[in-house]
Amino acid sequence: MTNHWIDLANSDCILIMGSNPAENHPISFRWIMKAKDKGATVIHVDPRFTRTSTKADIYASLRSGTDIAFLGGMIKYILENEKYFKEYVVNYTNASYIVGGKFDFKDGLFSGYNKEKNSYDASNWAFEMDETGLPKKDLTLQDARCVLQLLKAHYARYDLDTVSSITGTPKEDLMKVYEAYAATGVPDKAGTNLYAMGWTQHTVGVQNIRAMCIIQLLLGNMGIAGGGVNAMRGESNVQGSTDQGLLFHILPGYLPTASASVATLADYNKKFTPVTKDPLSANWWQNRPKYIVSFLKSMYGDAAKPENEFGYAWLPKTEDGKSYTWLDLFDAMYKKEFTGFFSWGQNPACSGANAGKTRAALANLDWMVVVNLFDNETASFWKGPGLNPKKVKTEVFFLPCSAFMEKEGSVANSGRWVQWRYKAQEPVGDSLPDGDIIVELFNEVRKLYKKPDKKSAFPDPILNLKWDYVTKSKFDPHLVAKSNNGFFTQDVTIQDKQYRKGDPVPAFAMLRDDGSTSCGNWIYCQSYNADGNNMARRDNKDDSGIGLYPKWAWAWPVNRRIIYNRASCDPTGKPWDPKRVVVEFVGEVKDGKWTSQKWKGDVPDGPWYPLRNPDGTAREDGKLPFIMRVDGRGAMFGPGMKDGPFPEHYEPMECPVEKNLLSPQFTNPVAAVYATERDAIKTCDPRFPFVGTSYRVTEHWQTGVLTRWLPWLIEAEPQLFVEMSEQLAQLKQIKSGELVIVESPRGMLEAVAIVTKRLRPFMVHGQEVHLVGMPYHYGWIWPKNGGDSANLLTPSAGDPNTRIPETKAFMVNVRKKGA
Amino acid sequence: MAGKSFFIDTTCCTACRGCQIACKNWNRNGTVPTKNTGSHQNPPDLDGSTFKLVRFSEVETDGKIAWYFFADQCRHCLIPPCKDAIESHLPEAVVQDEATGAVVYNEKSKQVPFEEVRESCPYDIPRKAADGRIVKCTMCIDRVSNGLQPACVKVCPTGAMNFGDRDEMLKLANERLEKMKAKYPKAQLVDSNEIRVVYLVVDDPRKYHKSAIASAHPGMTRQLALRSLFKPAKAFLKGIAEA
Repeated sequence: MTNHWIDLANSDCILIMGSNPAENHPISFRWIMKAKDKGATVIHVDPRFTRTSTKADIYASLRSGTDIAFLGGMIKYILENEKYFKEYVVNYTNASYIVGGKFDFKDGLFSGYNKEKNSYDASNWAFEMDETGLPKKDLTLQDARCVLQLLKAHYARYDLDTVSSITGTPKEDLMKVYEAYAATGVPDKAGTNLYAMGWTQHTVGVQNIRAMCIIQLLLGNMGIAGGGVNAMRGESNVQGSTDQGLLFHILPGYLPTASASVATLADYNKKFTPVTKDPLSANWWQNRPKYIVSFLKSMYGDAAKPENEFGYAWLPKTEDGKSYTWLDLFDAMYKKEFTGFFSWGQNPACSGANAGKTRAALANLDWMVVVNLFDNETASFWKGPGLNPKKVKTEVFFLPCSAFMEKEGSVANSGRWVQWRYKAQEPVGDSLPDGDIIVELFNEVRKLYKKPDKKSAFPDPILNLKWDYVTKSKFDPHLVAKSNNGFFTQDVTIQDKQYRKGDPVPAFAMLRDDGSTSCGNWIYCQSYNADGNNMARRDNKDDSGIGLYPKWAWAWPVNRRIIYNRASCDPTGKPWDPKRVVVEFVGEVKDGKWTSQKWKGDVPDGPWYPLRNPDGTAREDGKLPFIMRVDGRGAMFGPGMKDGPFPEHYEPMECPVEKNLLSPQFTNPVAAVYATERDAIKTCDPRFPFVGTSYRVTEHWQTGVLTRWLPWLIEAEPQLFVEMSEQLAQLKQIKSGELVIVESPRGMLEAVAIVTKRLRPFMVHGQEVHLVGMPYHYGWIWPKNGGDSANLLTPSAGDPNTRIPETKAFMVNVRKKGA
Repeated sequence: MAGKSFFIDTTCCTACRGCQIACKNWNRNGTVPTKNTGSHQNPPDLDGSTFKLVRFSEVETDGKIAWYFFADQCRHCLIPPCKDAIESHLPEAVVQDEATGAVVYNEKSKQVPFEEVRESCPYDIPRKAADGRIVKCTMCIDRVSNGLQPACVKVCPTGAMNFGDRDEMLKLANERLEKMKAKYPKAQLVDSNEIRVVYLVVDDPRKYHKSAIASAHPGMTRQLALRSLFKPAKAFLKGIAEA
């Protein structure tokens, strides 16, 4: 989230799309209801009428996988009716930039498409530069090659009839949503959006979110209270796990992982440190060398020295051009490209797309270590449906770990608050906190590397690892947290202030690239400093008037509660909306000029002066608000996507229609697809005539490994179900409550039919299209007759940027059991 | 005795079922084996281990869908017919707490004919536990008398469940009602003068649940129907220590 949960209460219009927060993020509704109480309009756009829809002022149904068509229509509406916030757009976004002559969009493809490589050459989408090396601009936004005009041209095709025909959303509902949301494009109105896996899990997942980013920039909704682009994370600490670099492509603090060709630290810094010639751009990532060096110091301690590039060579590197996402790893496992696997706190036999392929892949392993609280379909895959235990060679080790309330540590929520939790009780039986399992494991590994008779290929990274997270032979989360905050490795003086070796670094502005600071995660710098463990703060006083609660826990970065908050002010530093002040520039004024530097309110995105003086004159020392962008401006056009600089509607890899009404390009041309015999994709196949989608319910958690064993929850949602409309039920002669078969090109499931008025057929391309939906919480181990994972049906095709699978839109058949 | 009351604002309820589970948790209630019957409502009805149940009801009006949620529980009637029904058999099996107005059955309810008690309830609340006790919501009398909120109220994230002094709850309920009336002409408080669990609904209460409103015989007002069940009190109130 750019904003945070409580901030939802500040909004005038909450667009909930690609998510079902009433069911999956129930606490969010505390704040949504508060907004509603103050008169906010709540909009829910979803294929199903859910518990969220019941609280919406406007509900609009759409066919799963058509969000870009829906949002593209909104962009068109905003532009053509001039609903955008012009002053914001001109000053704070790249709408005025002139796009270079190589950019083009024709027949559904952007310029630079390489069919053989299944990829784009993004250099075709560069801006036209002036003689000073800055993008050329037209501040009147009239130039046909400026971003705003190109945006207008791009979405001109997204007229109401076409959009309605694609999405199945009635035209009057489209208009209701467009009008209500576009009304926030004025200085004193705030619109926010809430999304989750309903947007991400598509082959156009990232572009779904990009479309919303464009809308938020057009309406001036970024950086303000009650605004933002807000991702509701799918687990309580998934924010923390990405912060700490759990994914393959990032190190802690969103530093990119190096590939093999980025051989030296100098190469790394050259490749990943952006440069700008714009004096008005803070270009925060110019500090990257400080963060990577401080990170290397936290990895290798005293062994990290300037002469060995702080141990950069010891960091694991990826193969150039190779992807190691979930889909790629299980594809490789399926192809027997590796033989050992740690399944830690997860249940891939149920949780990943195309679970049948995953289950088959597990049988190709020599060994697997499962770390979990309960037995699950992954640990016991070898005795699962269709498998003969005698024929499975995989040796499985099960390590019981303790539950979240049995250990201490931090949890980062969707709003970037990092909250420290104490241990409520001792772990049960022989189970251990994950940290202790890791400590034991690493100690054994290191022991093996130390054996003089063993010839280890590359012992340096193991032997040089700084590993001082243990107190009295137990994993100590405080030591890890302190390491993440960072400390000085030598006595230093910064701006006349002396710091001693070992002192915590106060905040990331003090991090250095010379080895004098160690910091495990630069964005967590300040979380555990000389003031103590700021994450454990529980002061619920709030003087902000907008619910910032600055002394409750701690939020990254530097306790900033709303990021890009300088955009909540006009270029002179005055809040656009005096009723909802996030930050305000309150420096002294002399002769119409700012003479001292002072912001009040939330922690501003940098201390610099605003762009202009009170008298309107430009300042040379002011800074643009989008400080993480190289040019300081919000990117309507751009910003490094693999599938184009503007979002474009493509059909899901499996869809119920024979063509894309917006272009001859049917599906995302650069979507990630896999080619084993288990990766079947069938589109417009009469055997699979209905759109399928997968989701969650309030009562269960992920694949249900924790919740299926809780009697009260399994009593409330006992079995896999498939929801369908009354019309489809009639067509297939299915009664509510009876068992049906749901099948896709990849698998088959038995589920209880819930026939409901809450699902309705869509009128798509003039024809009735039916959609059915299933939760993915169940598995064959428990409860008996609870059903199995909906992921047995979902496809392993993914978004080209993230390679997240398209589990929200695929094709199935439904029939009465025995029919 | 003004006592305590709940105000249940169904317009805020998202059917997260936190209240249903918290109730089971606090009362250490178990479960019944369930299966999906084509509805999300589960267990399908109140039972010996379910004192609070979120009922789900899909309603279509003029082509527009509504999905109503009704967190069903004992209403703790001001003049509880079930109390009369029990007292006519065994006065010490039921207590109406003086301070709160909570109606609480105890162990001795095992000796009272269950069906008679259930039938006396205009909202069809009492159920029989596996050990023979007649059971239902206790207003978390053990929590409330120790200064805590009832478990279902404590856990509610949206403000649907409210609990406090009766006059305050009625005030809150009437304020919310006024606010809702602008958008929902059918908005109403259900039986608020007779019971301690005041529901705000925006449609005919029967569309939420057939027993959402006290059942009335034809030709009788609801109030008369309630009164006709009342018999003179037969016993003094017992202290809650016996409850």
